[in-house]
Amino acid sequence: MSALPTPIPKRETVIEVRGLVNRFGNQTVHDHLDLDVYRGEILGVVGGSGTGKSVLLRTIIGLVRPVAGTVRVFGENLLALPPERRSMVERRFGVLFQSGALFSSLTVSENVALPLVEHAGIPRADAERLAGVKLALAGLPIDAARKYPSQLSGGMIKRAALARALALDPEILFLDEPTAGLDPISAAAFDSLIVTLRNALGLTVFLVTHDLDTLYTTCDRVAVLSQHRVLAAAPIDEVAATDDAWVQAYFHGPRGRAALQSAHPERKD
Amino acid sequence: MTTTSLPGRAKVFRDAAASRLALTGDWTLPHYVDLQHSIAAIAHDVDASTTVDARELGALDTSGALVIAELLGSARTQALAQDPTIPVARRALLKTVGDALDTYCHAAPRERRSSLSILLERIGRATESFWKQSLKLLGFIGMVLQAIAATVWRPKRWRVTALVSHIEQTGLDAVPILSLLSFMVGAVVAFLGATALATYGASVFVIDLIGFAFLREFGVLLTAILLAGRTASAFTAQIGSMKAREEIDAIRTLGLDPIELLVLPRVLALLVALPLLTFIAMVTGILGGAVVCFSVLHMSPAMFLSMFRDDMTLGQLLVGMAKAPVFAFLIGVIGCMEGFKVSGSAQSVGEHTTSSVVQSLFVVILIDAAAALFYMEMGW
Repeated sequence: MSALPTPIPKRETVIEVRGLVNRFGNQTVHDHLDLDVYRGEILGVVGGSGTGKSVLLRTIIGLVRPVAGTVRVFGENLLALPPERRSMVERRFGVLFQSGALFSSLTVSENVALPLVEHAGIPRADAERLAGVKLALAGLPIDAARKYPSQLSGGMIKRAALARALALDPEILFLDEPTAGLDPISAAAFDSLIVTLRNALGLTVFLVTHDLDTLYTTCDRVAVLSQHRVLAAAPIDEVAATDDAWVQAYFHGPRGRAALQSAHPERKD
Repeated sequence: MTTTSLPGRAKVFRDAAASRLALTGDWTLPHYVDLQHSIAAIAHDVDASTTVDARELGALDTSGALVIAELLGSARTQALAQDPTIPVARRALLKTVGDALDTYCHAAPRERRSSLSILLERIGRATESFWKQSLKLLGFIGMVLQAIAATVWRPKRWRVTALVSHIEQTGLDAVPILSLLSFMVGAVVAFLGATALATYGASVFVIDLIGFAFLREFGVLLTAILLAGRTASAFTAQIGSMKAREEIDAIRTLGLDPIELLVLPRVLALLVALPLLTFIAMVTGILGGAVVCFSVLHMSPAMFLSMFRDDMTLGQLLVGMAKAPVFAFLIGVIGCMEGFKVSGSAQSVGEHTTSSVVQSLFVVILIDAAAALFYMEMGW
C-alpha cells in the first residue's frame, strides 16, 4: 500500500486469465487467451473492432461465462464461488460501463449512495454525504448531484458513473471506453483524473479503449488483442515496436504518430 | 477483506501543555458507522493545537479519510497531508479527499421545506402542465388539419401505400380481439339485464337493453378503448423511437414534412378503421346478447328479431356511429403527438407511450360523457 505511482519492483497479480476461450455460435472471439494484470498498474487493452475487448472485460467481471479457461480475480474464480463469496469479491472491484449505466430512476447522488446503503449498511444521510464527496472526487460539480442521469451531458455521466464505480473503494477499476464520445478536452481531463485517482487510491485499472491519447498519457502497459488472443502486453514503446501489421498501422498511422507527439513532444517517430 | 481487521479508533491524550490525537486501527468503509461514533465522542477534545499521530494507522480508504477530514477541517487535513511520517500514497489520498470535501462543503446546502409547500408546488406544476398539454394538443390538431387541407387537393401527395398498411394494422388485425371482447360484453349485459328485469317480469326488454347499449354506447366505446390501448400506444412507440434515433430530424432536413409523412397516414387510417370496427363491435355485441337470450332466456330468434326491428331505429345507430370519427381522430392525434414529444432515451419512449394511452382513454370517456348529455338534451 505504500509508494505506488510508478513501476513496482515485485509485481502481485490481481487478475489472471488462462486459456480463455469465448465463442458465440460459430464465431470464436477468444482462443486460449492469457493475460495478467498486476496490482497498481493501469493496463490499456486495445484491438480492432470485434476483437473481443469488451467481451474480455465482461468475462473477467463474471458477466460472460467462458467456453473454456479460467479467470481468477484476487486468486478467486468468480463463476465457481457461491453467491455470498462472489458478492464479497465483486465489492472489491468497480466497473464503469461504456454508456455509464446509471440507474435512470435515481438521482446521481442516489446512484452513488446505493452500493453504500446496500453493501456497507451506512445510514442514508451519511451515504449521501459520502456520495457527495465521491462525486467531488470524480470532478463533478456539486449541483449535478441532485439531477437525474437524463439531465447530464456525456462527460458528466461518465464522471458520475466513475463515482459510483468508486463508491465502495474498489481495488480494481474496470473502464470500458471511458473517453468514447467525449470531446478532446473532457477526454484529456478524464485521463488525468484516472491517473490522479490511481495514485491517490492505489487502484489497479483495467482500461478498454480506442483512444490513442489515453494510451500514451495514462497506461503503464498496453495489451493488444488480435487473432483471438493477446498479441503483446508490455509498456507502450515495446508494444509499438512489435512486428505486426495491425500494430504497425495502429501505432504508426497518422493518429498514432500525432498522439505520440503530443504525449512526448521531445520524441520524433 | 477486512473481516479480521481492527476497527479504527481515535483517542486524545492530554498533558499539561498539549494534546495528541492518536489514530489506530483500520479506517475503512466497513467501520464507517463505528468511526462516526468514535469521532463524535472525542470531537470536543480536539482543538487547533492538537497534534495528530497517525503512525499506528492501519488501512485507510476514502471514507476513513473523509471522517478524518471532517474531524480536522480542511486546513488541518491539508497540513496532515504534508506530514512526512505518513506514507506518500496515503498523503495523496488525504489531500484528494480533503479537496473533494472542500468542494462539497462550499456548495449551497439543500433547502428544507414543509411538506405542505411541496404538495402545493406539485399541484401547481400538475395544473400548469395540464394546461400546457391541452394547448399543445390543440396546436397539434391544428397542424394536422392544416396538413390535411394542404394535401387533399393533390392526389400525388397521398401516401396510399402507408395508409393501406396502417388500415391493415389498426383495423383488420384488431377484428378478432375486438369481436371476442364485444361478444362477451354483450353476453354479460344480457345476463345482467335478465337478472334485473326478471323481478318486474319484463325479461323481454333485455332485447331493447342490448340494442340501445350497443348501438348508442358500447359498440363505439369498446372499440375506442381497445384502440386507445392498442393503437395509440403503437403510434407513440413507432414515432417515438424514430424521434429518439433522430429519424424525425432527418425527415425535416430532407425537406419533408413529418406530419404529412407519418401522422396523416396514421390518423386517416384510424378514421377509416375505427367506424368499421365500431360496426363490427355493435354486431358482435348484439350477437353475444342474442345468444344469451336464445340459450338462457329461451326466446325464439323470430321474436328477438321482430322486437329488435320494432324498437331500434336507424337514428340509434347513427347516434353511436357519429362519435366514431371523433374518437378516431383524437386517438390518432394523441398517439402521434406523444411520439413527437419523446426525447433521446428509451425510458422516454416508455413514459410517453403510457401517457398517450392514459390521455386517449381520458379524452374518449370525457367526450362520450359529454355526448351522452348532449343527446339527452336534444332528445335523440
